[in-house]
Amino acid sequence: MAEIKTKNDEQLHKKLDSYLLKRLIAYFKPYTRYIVLAVFLTITVSALAAVRPRLTPIAIDDKIANKDIPGLQTIMLILFGTLMLQGVIQYAMTYLTSWIGQNIIMDLRMKIFEHLQNLHLKFYDKNPVGRLITRVTSDVEVLFDVFSSGLVTAFGDIFTLFWILYFMFTLDWHLGLVTLSILPFLIYATIIFRKKIRVSYSRVRLLISRLNSYLQEHITGVSIVHIFAKEKRTVNEFEEINQEHTRENKRSIFYYAIFFPIVELFLAVSSGLILWYGGGEVIQGAVSLGVLITFIQYSEMFFRPIRDLSEKYNVLQTAMASSERIFTLLDEKPAIVDKKDSVDFEQIKGSIEFKNVWFAYNNDDYVLKDISFNIKEGEKVAFVGATGSGKTTIINLISKFYQINKGKICIDGININDIRQKDLRKNISVVLQDVFLFSGDIEKNITLGNNKITNEAVNHAIDQTGLRYFINSLPDGIHHKVNERGSTFSTGQRQLISFARALAQDPKILILDEATSNIDTTTEMLIQAAIKKLIEGRTSIVIAHRLSTIQTCDKIIVMHKGEIKEMGSHQELLDKRGLYYKLYQLQYKEDVSA
Amino acid sequence: MKSLLSLLPYIKKYKKKLTLGFIFIVLSISFSSLFPLIVGNGIDAIKSGVTSSQIIFYSGMAIVAALIGGFFLYMVRQHIIVVSREIENDLRFDFFSHIVNMPRDFFNKNSTGNIMALATNDINSIREFVGPGIMYTVQTFFRTLLTVSVMLYINPFLAMVALSPLPLISFIVYKVGRMTHARSLKVKESFADLTSKAQENLSGIRVVKSYIREKNEISEFYDISRDYFRKNLSLAKVQSFSFPMMYLLTGVSLVLVIYFGGIEIINNRLTLGNLSTFLIYLGLLTWPMIAFGWIINLTQRAAPSMQRLMMVMNMKPDIADNSETDNKITLDNIEGEIEFKNVSFKYPSGYTDVLKNINLKINKGTTLGIIGHTGSGKTTLINLLSRIYDISEGEILIDGKSIKQIPLRTLREAIGVVPQESFLFSTSIEKNIAYSHDNLDYDKVIEAAKSASLYKDVEQFPEKFQTVVGERGITLSGGQKQRTSIARAIYKNPKVLILDDSLSAVDTHTEEEILNELKKVMKNRTSIIISHRISSIKNANNIIVLDGSAIKEQGTHNELISLGGIYYDLYQKQLLEEEIQES
Repeated sequence: MAEIKTKNDEQLHKKLDSYLLKRLIAYFKPYTRYIVLAVFLTITVSALAAVRPRLTPIAIDDKIANKDIPGLQTIMLILFGTLMLQGVIQYAMTYLTSWIGQNIIMDLRMKIFEHLQNLHLKFYDKNPVGRLITRVTSDVEVLFDVFSSGLVTAFGDIFTLFWILYFMFTLDWHLGLVTLSILPFLIYATIIFRKKIRVSYSRVRLLISRLNSYLQEHITGVSIVHIFAKEKRTVNEFEEINQEHTRENKRSIFYYAIFFPIVELFLAVSSGLILWYGGGEVIQGAVSLGVLITFIQYSEMFFRPIRDLSEKYNVLQTAMASSERIFTLLDEKPAIVDKKDSVDFEQIKGSIEFKNVWFAYNNDDYVLKDISFNIKEGEKVAFVGATGSGKTTIINLISKFYQINKGKICIDGININDIRQKDLRKNISVVLQDVFLFSGDIEKNITLGNNKITNEAVNHAIDQTGLRYFINSLPDGIHHKVNERGSTFSTGQRQLISFARALAQDPKILILDEATSNIDTTTEMLIQAAIKKLIEGRTSIVIAHRLSTIQTCDKIIVMHKGEIKEMGSHQELLDKRGLYYKLYQLQYKEDVSA
Repeated sequence: MKSLLSLLPYIKKYKKKLTLGFIFIVLSISFSSLFPLIVGNGIDAIKSGVTSSQIIFYSGMAIVAALIGGFFLYMVRQHIIVVSREIENDLRFDFFSHIVNMPRDFFNKNSTGNIMALATNDINSIREFVGPGIMYTVQTFFRTLLTVSVMLYINPFLAMVALSPLPLISFIVYKVGRMTHARSLKVKESFADLTSKAQENLSGIRVVKSYIREKNEISEFYDISRDYFRKNLSLAKVQSFSFPMMYLLTGVSLVLVIYFGGIEIINNRLTLGNLSTFLIYLGLLTWPMIAFGWIINLTQRAAPSMQRLMMVMNMKPDIADNSETDNKITLDNIEGEIEFKNVSFKYPSGYTDVLKNINLKINKGTTLGIIGHTGSGKTTLINLLSRIYDISEGEILIDGKSIKQIPLRTLREAIGVVPQESFLFSTSIEKNIAYSHDNLDYDKVIEAAKSASLYKDVEQFPEKFQTVVGERGITLSGGQKQRTSIARAIYKNPKVLILDDSLSAVDTHTEEEILNELKKVMKNRTSIIISHRISSIKNANNIIVLDGSAIKEQGTHNELISLGGIYYDLYQKQLLEEEIQES
């Protein structure tokens, strides 16, 4: 049963491998000319390597035997020349190969990165960032190893074999056959070795992944290990897998330990046969001594590449695993794609309409149920509701980060499905609760590298948001360095920067998910003033946590469990004594007393 | 390089096996070095005319020498490489046993990824150094020594000629090695840039998308990729140099040997067979020369890995049994009376007190409720009790004895915690519930599951209690996870039961059901319940309100309500919340 299964697996693997290889080779296409050149250089190098021993019998039989010193010198010069040439070409070839490999790798890396930029947020919700980074970095690196040290040297090895065969048989085909007589045995041994090592190798890989997941799980869950005082048992369990891993590795060491000496032995047998058969021929005068010596040199050159080739196979296996992961990622289709006949949409006015919108992150688990509302150009609207009521989802949908399930969202009366994402987002600035700062300087975090934003716009944004005071306190001002994620700035400072970022875009629609965290009073006042400036004169949607923000809004929409429960102005809703009234007492009342 | 000395204790453990391995290296090389000599003699014999039986003798000798040499080569690998795997095993075991015993603070400071990298990549590069690294070093050394001696013995002049490129080779190996090292450091730096750019972009993808910065990000990433590309090529320039150069130089010595050897033959100072021996030897020397560069590379990789590993291994776990520990205290004589005396705490890396001057007494068999905002120190308080962190000031007593006197294992075995985040292991539900015990008692599992109101849920799973949770099995809902976690703590049958906000993911109805079941479990057992919800704690014998790192209010539910303070406010708000929920 189990054997049948492995056989099927193997066939499946072979199929998959050739499919992956085909896809990989597509990336080689732009470099066809260089690859042809590299192959040509490889053939030349291997020919030159094989030609050297070919000169040995000439030196020995013609020159040394005839005491022809000037002739010997000529041969030496030729030998030296081929050596130099071989060195130069080999250098060129190795460098060229790296160049091709690095180019292909870079193309592939860029392709993955670009692909990632176009993938929808739902994809990011499901895939941890760490895993995605691996695709762009180490998985790609593994492929380079294969290409440079694997494929090209394998080519070289094959050509070397070919040239040696050619020279052996033109020199003396009898002796050539004698040398090769051992080959079937060597091939047989190699096949057996490969089979054994492949099984062992895949078991090792399985154990490594078990080892890793055990580690991962028990490091993440170390607190449970601690509070249950199960350190000893954990270590014992780990050691079991660790031991098994070591055992399996020892098994593969055993195969290597057998295989390598066997290749050496075959080499010796082949030399012995040459000595025995060739020796007889020499005595009979059919073969010269020089030829005999050459054959002994050739037999050594012949068997090493065969041994090396079997090792290349393992490298290839690892690469296949990486490329499978890469292509799975590349096959992930962006769920939100612009329509070809999208409406040209330069400057929007800023009215927003939701018409019977239904939305679920997963299957039928609706987070928004039949949502309809209308926001006029320039209107300021606040969304309020308990956590999980669907406020954040609404702002995600306006920027079309997710595709709605039912209904329609319109901007200026046009369905957002008919608007290019680029055109849509250009006019909308979103300020999120937890501010994400990029490494670089403050200016870059405001413009985000957009050259179209002028210095005046940046300065205006800084003044409007009250960030100026903070920037002036920094030694490098606007060019002050921002660490990864802006860890050296306070929450309030980070928020002000993100306000400036949004303002510099001069958007028609502003979406603000107000931060809940408590900030010192001075910054808090700055932020409140900034928010007022921010939402002035544009369509604004605010998920409000502060009373002062709510009070400046024209309309309040009260969400509850994915539905709109109430809508109206602050005073209207308070008078209603409904859900808003309760929420107000719960969430905002403290503000009043403070 | 010094860091590699820390490997000595590990190597010493396998002294015998390694010594044997070295002996086998010497033997295998000696026998394989016989081969060229035999071939050379055979050729001379053929030249001077011999019988075919003599030729068979030489061929046979060559094969036998190779056979014996091969056998020893097998033994070499079976010893030295096997030892390297054993050492890898030992290192990984030591590393894991070490970190498992490190306090929580260690895991806060070191990401899982970093720790994993140490246990896998770094240990692997050390393994490569110990195994192939040492094996090839010794092999190279002996092969060179032996070959050079035999060559010197046959013909000193020709030997000198053959070896004349050697100083140049060493010089080049050294130079190229240094350049390679410097450039590969640059490649590594550039790779780190690449990784952090990818990291930043992918974590900030939401901002990138909403500000349509995709193109800009791609072009920035391109620049870094390009830089990485260039650094790699600059490394390739040097690396591509090493192999051809090595071949060239060994080739030169081959050419020199044929030329000067030819002249020696013409002058009758050397036989043709000797020349063949030389040629084969030189062929054998090429590989060690190349291996030499490779060994340097392995060492350069292993040294920083070892350094990183030792940095972690040298950290002492600061929460552990010590001279204060009273080993006479066992689980059986812990009653469960808890007292906090003037306890203050700040995190090892923090500035401000997370808890200030806490005085608290929990009588044996009673229930304490703790309520307070996020960040008020609730979880910290119970972490101090099980010594996940050690207090900065004051004293925590169990049954009147400082918890530092109680052996750590006993202390933690006495306390059953249901943590805020219900982490489950990816094994069956029953094994998760019975985690505290090495033997699984199925009846007890069911009993615990029933007490945690989990039984009905599990009964509906295809494989009941054998159902595996996690990636490879079923995905439990947040509430199911919490209840499994509660069942796990109940199964432990601890002297002190702690529920840290453990009912947050279940609805109020289920909460009531669980609390009712738990009443039986908590009867006569010291219990601590932390919660955001007043409903979870209102029946506790004593309730404390934590706010701003200190106990602000204390008393029973009714007492606290009539006090009209923080607790009262919270109560009012939660009534409102319930109303909103139900509307």
